[in-house]
Amino acid sequence: MNGSTGSLRHRMATSLCGLAVVVSAGTALAAPPAPTDVRAADVGFDAGSRIRVEWNAVADSNLAGYSVFRSLTPGEIAAADRDSRVAFATAASEAARKARAAELVAEGVAPEDADRQAEQAAVEAGAAASREWRPETAEGEIRWTLAGVADPVDTTFDVDKLEDAEAYSFGVQAFDRDGAKSPIAATTAPASSEASAFDAKRLPLFLMLALLCGTVLLFISIARRGKPLKIRTIAGLAAVEEAVGRATEMGRSVLYINGIQDMDDLQTVAGVNILGRVAKIAAEYDARVEVPTSRSLVMTAARETVQGSYLSAGRSDNYNPDLIYYVTDEQFGFVAYVSGMMVREKPAACFYMGAFFAESLILAETGNSIGAIQIAGTAMPSQLPFFVAACDYTLIGEEFFAASAYLSGQPDQLGSLKGQDMGKLLVGAILLIGVAMATVAAVTNSETISAGVSFLKNTLLGT
Amino acid sequence: MRRTVPLWITAIAGVALVISAFLPATRGWGEDVATWFSILAAVAFVLGGGNLLKVHLRKISDRQSGWGYSSIVLACFFATLWVGLFKVGVHPNPKYPDVAYSGQTQGIGSPFWWLYEYAFKPLTSTMFAMLAFYVASAAFRAFRAKNVEAVLLLGTAFIILLGRTFAGVVLTGWIPADGAFAGLRLENLSVYVMQVFNTAGNRAIIIGIALGIASTSLKILLGIDRSYLGSGD
Amino acid sequence: MLKALQNLDRRWIFLLMGLAVGVPILVIGITGRTFPETPTPLAQSVFDAVNELDAGDKVLLSFDYDPASEGELAPMATAFVRHCAQRKLKMYFMALWPVGPRMVQQNIRRVIEQDYPDLVYGEDYVDLGFKAGNEAVIKVIVTDLRQYFTTDSKGTPVEEIPMMREVRSVQDMDLLVNVSAGYPGSKEWVLYASTPFGRSASNPEGFQTVAGCTGVQAPLMYPYIPKQLAGLLGAIKGAAEYEFLVNEWVREQRIAEALVAGGMAEAEAADLATTFAKSPGAAEEWTVSGAAASMSPEAKSDLIRVADAPIPGKYLEGQRRMGPQLVAHLLMVLLIIVGNVIFFMSRKRGGAR
Repeated sequence: MNGSTGSLRHRMATSLCGLAVVVSAGTALAAPPAPTDVRAADVGFDAGSRIRVEWNAVADSNLAGYSVFRSLTPGEIAAADRDSRVAFATAASEAARKARAAELVAEGVAPEDADRQAEQAAVEAGAAASREWRPETAEGEIRWTLAGVADPVDTTFDVDKLEDAEAYSFGVQAFDRDGAKSPIAATTAPASSEASAFDAKRLPLFLMLALLCGTVLLFISIARRGKPLKIRTIAGLAAVEEAVGRATEMGRSVLYINGIQDMDDLQTVAGVNILGRVAKIAAEYDARVEVPTSRSLVMTAARETVQGSYLSAGRSDNYNPDLIYYVTDEQFGFVAYVSGMMVREKPAACFYMGAFFAESLILAETGNSIGAIQIAGTAMPSQLPFFVAACDYTLIGEEFFAASAYLSGQPDQLGSLKGQDMGKLLVGAILLIGVAMATVAAVTNSETISAGVSFLKNTLLGT
Repeated sequence: MRRTVPLWITAIAGVALVISAFLPATRGWGEDVATWFSILAAVAFVLGGGNLLKVHLRKISDRQSGWGYSSIVLACFFATLWVGLFKVGVHPNPKYPDVAYSGQTQGIGSPFWWLYEYAFKPLTSTMFAMLAFYVASAAFRAFRAKNVEAVLLLGTAFIILLGRTFAGVVLTGWIPADGAFAGLRLENLSVYVMQVFNTAGNRAIIIGIALGIASTSLKILLGIDRSYLGSGD
Repeated sequence: MLKALQNLDRRWIFLLMGLAVGVPILVIGITGRTFPETPTPLAQSVFDAVNELDAGDKVLLSFDYDPASEGELAPMATAFVRHCAQRKLKMYFMALWPVGPRMVQQNIRRVIEQDYPDLVYGEDYVDLGFKAGNEAVIKVIVTDLRQYFTTDSKGTPVEEIPMMREVRSVQDMDLLVNVSAGYPGSKEWVLYASTPFGRSASNPEGFQTVAGCTGVQAPLMYPYIPKQLAGLLGAIKGAAEYEFLVNEWVREQRIAEALVAGGMAEAEAADLATTFAKSPGAAEEWTVSGAAASMSPEAKSDLIRVADAPIPGKYLEGQRRMGPQLVAHLLMVLLIIVGNVIFFMSRKRGGAR
């Protein structure tokens, strides 16, 4: 049974081979033979839009490679025809306009008038040409477009940028070093691409994410079980209480700037988290925290947070929502307002926590000029030097994200910081392995190690 | 309830975004979440406008210090809103000459264009240009050779400052451009410092930031850190 | 004296900086002279990425900056548009910043409409305008441009724009040019367009990306060079270098065209054009030599005119701004040195913190 099925399959394959449509003819006698058994199938476990074309190699010592073609879709054919029709009609219209204008000039009409009078002839010629125009290929005939070129040793080629669920035919043409080309051998049945349930290219990234998140969760769970965790002192955060206390003593306000981005930026969320801690300390000290925002949603979120902080400090009566207000979305408009306000009201402590751009130095220098104690935190590496130069304390990158956990002092929050450190160890290990492998590969010229480096770079970390 | 619903919304939106990165079939989810955020942010504009009016009207009515500035803010706000919303002075689109309001609000010569060209543009340029002054005063005050690291920082600063101008060419132009020591020419040295030392440092900071973002996102998605909802403890 | 310097009012520093920037602007404005530029490899890479394209290739230009950073970024944007126009590339303009379309229109008016009037809107260049949504826009248009851009900035449906018919997504572009002043900008284009869909070992047919950004942003972009970012123009220095390369190349092109029009073979004309573009006056000397005997007097005068034509001021903005930058940087160096002298003197006297 199996033998007969196999034989049947073989016979079918052979006949399908023979059925491979030879589309083009008239090539030179020295041209390489056309590839045989051209077949196409969707590439599995991908994000779609990709079909793999396979063929049997051509035996030709002078072979230079294969051109792989795909059929145009009905939509592409319609668009190409439309362009071709418009170009044909425009050319005819222009020719008619010029000819008629020349006639009129010869009859003694002024050139500018001749151009105007020739307009009617141009329109008529354009309309006539549009009616006369015929497509390049007959209806139902495959229209090819070059999808790519494969090396002579290749017998497969992945055609991408396709529309999922659209039926495509594929053709392969061999060409030699003299430029001679074989006829195009086409697939017998159309193929279409589709997105798989899971994109295998993303698997390494998924595994790394799972490992990183798993480590964070593991340490949170360890911390919850009561294991003591040691976190180094972050000077900027240790100074928060001092800054708020100083503002209280001086009878001045605390200014809190939450960056200039919206709530879809995690730095803004981290800034709001820290605001919650600062507001709680301020509520306990009975200090006044003023929060101008450059986004309406940030204003709403900040109000919720500060209100919660006053409530948990048992000072809900002192909460004043009017101190958290919207200024403008415009970057420099916001900076102008805040700088002016700083100069007029002279807050004793300024916090800059969030995403900052060019305004960082303007704000920090203004704060410095009024003698305020300044603490900044951002994950914008380009703005860190400015904050470091002009502020008393700066939370650099990850310290900024760790701030909320640090200030809360809750074990599960601190556990997440330990998990983060494990992530850093993992990244460090991958870096070391990669650098060592690349160095060894460069020194020894080992192809195996080079392939390993390439796998690490392009497959594991390339997505 | 007031805390639980936002937590669920956060968790669902966040998980949808993560899933959409890995499963092709759910690729559109991320875009849907982003669209929803855009809708919310657009609605929040009204909230912001209302708050702006409230804050500044109160300042004016209470004659608080600086109330004059508030009146200028409101006057400018209403003038721009009126000019933009009602397309004041806008010529109709040449394609539809009979349709009022068919022209572009920002067309050359329109009052909105005038506001942009002669108010918005010079004002924002001025604010940005102030950086040059602040950078100079910060450098004068903060760049001190207090220790070895600070000396290295100062040396690097000089290389970049000089290498990014014609001064670098003048000072080290005598080093042959094609010779073995061409890398010591200040303009090449500045590029080297930026590409090697600066990139190395930046990558380390960026890796730390990326891990911080991942960890913070996880805590927010799982509701471990709720301080942004005002319930930190 | 030391005490006075220690407590120096920062407004004196502001005044010095004002003079350091203002005086060179006036001097360069009056004399019209600029410093010669030595292009760094990064600017050369940007130039090569544009120059290696063929006429008719598609370039997406996203101008994501505002009037505040116009002083730093407009010269490079102008140079990009001029280079693309001269190279006869198809330009697709867009912006992720609300005021970005202003920057696009300004460049279209100043460069294309004034100096390349033969380029046709809709066939050679199109202004797609601004789209809100920051990086979300990039994430969508890399796979489907028309989901966001259904019309151009004038409201014409994209189906009616000839050059839009051949474009389905950003992946159909041959080059992506981004000029940006912050977020969203170069980093987002690199992360969401160039990294997944740009040219790489696994996608050799993908588009390349080049960027121009402010000096503060530039250090953040270096990690992406050269894989995700083929070249980078950092601030006005990068702009001046690229502008210099483009100006030289355009002059060379025009000289070659004048030589070909005078009856010379293209290869020979290209070689001579390179020589003439580098040394002013060489073309004039050549026209009186025997080698130019076959050229008509009109062709010769055309050649001399093209070879010696002054570069319009709008194409020298980057190089002109290097003057104030030089003096300002020297002032900074001086201020740092003075600051340290004060610091050491006070420490010697036991007064330092």
